[in-house]
Amino acid sequence: MIWELDFIILTLVIFSGIAAITVQDLLSAAILFGAYSFMMCLLWAIMGAVDVAFTEATVGAGVSTVFFVAAVFHTTRNSKD
Amino acid sequence: MGVELFTDIASKYNYLGVVILVMIGLYAMIAKNNLVKKIIGMNIFQTAIILFYVSTAAKRGATIPIIQHGHNGHGHEVIHAAEYINPLPHVLMLTAIVVSVATLGVALALAVKIYHQYGTLEEDEIRGRLRNR
Amino acid sequence: MRIIGLLIVIAFGSLLRYGVFFFPEWGDPASPPSLHVSPHYIEEAITETAVPNLVTAVLADYRGYDTMFETTVIFAAGLACFMLLRVLQRQVPECRLYRHIPTGITLRIEKGGKLPTESGSFERIDSNWVPHDLIIKSTSRFITPFLQIFALYVIAHGHHSPGGGFQGGVILGAAVIMYAISYDLRRSIQRIGEQATAVLGSSGVLIYAGTGALCMVLGAAFLDYGALAGLLGVDPVMARSHGILIVEIGVGIAVSAVMVWIYYNLSSAGRHDEGL
Repeated sequence: MIWELDFIILTLVIFSGIAAITVQDLLSAAILFGAYSFMMCLLWAIMGAVDVAFTEATVGAGVSTVFFVAAVFHTTRNSKD
Repeated sequence: MGVELFTDIASKYNYLGVVILVMIGLYAMIAKNNLVKKIIGMNIFQTAIILFYVSTAAKRGATIPIIQHGHNGHGHEVIHAAEYINPLPHVLMLTAIVVSVATLGVALALAVKIYHQYGTLEEDEIRGRLRNR
Repeated sequence: MRIIGLLIVIAFGSLLRYGVFFFPEWGDPASPPSLHVSPHYIEEAITETAVPNLVTAVLADYRGYDTMFETTVIFAAGLACFMLLRVLQRQVPECRLYRHIPTGITLRIEKGGKLPTESGSFERIDSNWVPHDLIIKSTSRFITPFLQIFALYVIAHGHHSPGGGFQGGVILGAAVIMYAISYDLRRSIQRIGEQATAVLGSSGVLIYAGTGALCMVLGAAFLDYGALAGLLGVDPVMARSHGILIVEIGVGIAVSAVMVWIYYNLSSAGRHDEGL
């Protein structure tokens, strides 16, 4: 458990979380959400939860992002806020 | 009082990160107009809670919860509970991740259906069109 | 709405920050989550179930009832997506796009026109088709067998390394989704149809619940794998290990089928016509 690495990745997680809900383009929000999921997976791997990190890497950064992009593809891409 | 607060923040910064993420998710679900942004906020909330449970399972100086040298035979050495990270919150969080992806699929299906019916994803426009039916 | 949202967030944030003050020290081995049942799981799991991966042992054996309902929840989510979105098309389709392969000319056939047969010279394309797809097709064709073998490896080695039924099932579903994205949704539906995914999803849940019912028929409690010792011909400890493997296979089948099913319904908005 290296606390410097933990701290840096926690900061990256918070920044990508704020960015994912702030951008106006919905496709960029979906991709940023994929990056947020992957940073969370790294955080859990650092804390020793290897099964949980494996599951989040496949589900969050893989299948979940594909579902978001598919949904944005069938609705609209821009949003007002 | 000031020194006590500072050592408290420095030793529990993980939990404070969880509080910040939970508040980001809650704000996105309440204050954003777009439906897809609300769904993203719901997922941020869920993964922040999973981070909270996983960080309560960590132990200083312990290794990952797979018994070492357990491949041949049934493990003949005595195992101490303080050497391995607590596996019980990991099990509960695996179920939580599965449930979150299931909820995400259904929520996105609902959003696509609403777009086909009303032509927009913004909440105030949908409310206006509901009122003027 | 934003002001109200900000006020609520600040109020609850400060309440939670005040609550964090009373938490035990981070990483303490004597904190309450690590005390009552958890040392029993860590110390006795390998002598009782012969599975080194503690998370798999607790997930599929000690807390197997929760995992059965988790599999049911994910099947219910696939069913809900199907019920919400699926539109069966009976009427004449609107304009379709066809491409003549030898010359590269694109035809656009309006409603009521005569559609060319799908032979070697004509292929049907989506409305968002781009011509430069050779790299994507070749790479996905190369990667897919390794991806599927890795998925089966993760399911089968859930006892000794991080992994298990759920992770392997998602990777297997992702391999099919990759084929559907890089080629065509219609080609993927031809190979693994919608009926096959629905039947596989429900049969995964059936394998899990059926194992539990089999244990009850043989005389023990529901999902007590020690009762399978007579059926499999091993001692009760190894019977529990084999029971965990059977149950993980059921979970893997169900999860992969449901991921593909949700993707089919979500990427074509229920029409199963054109994809991403």
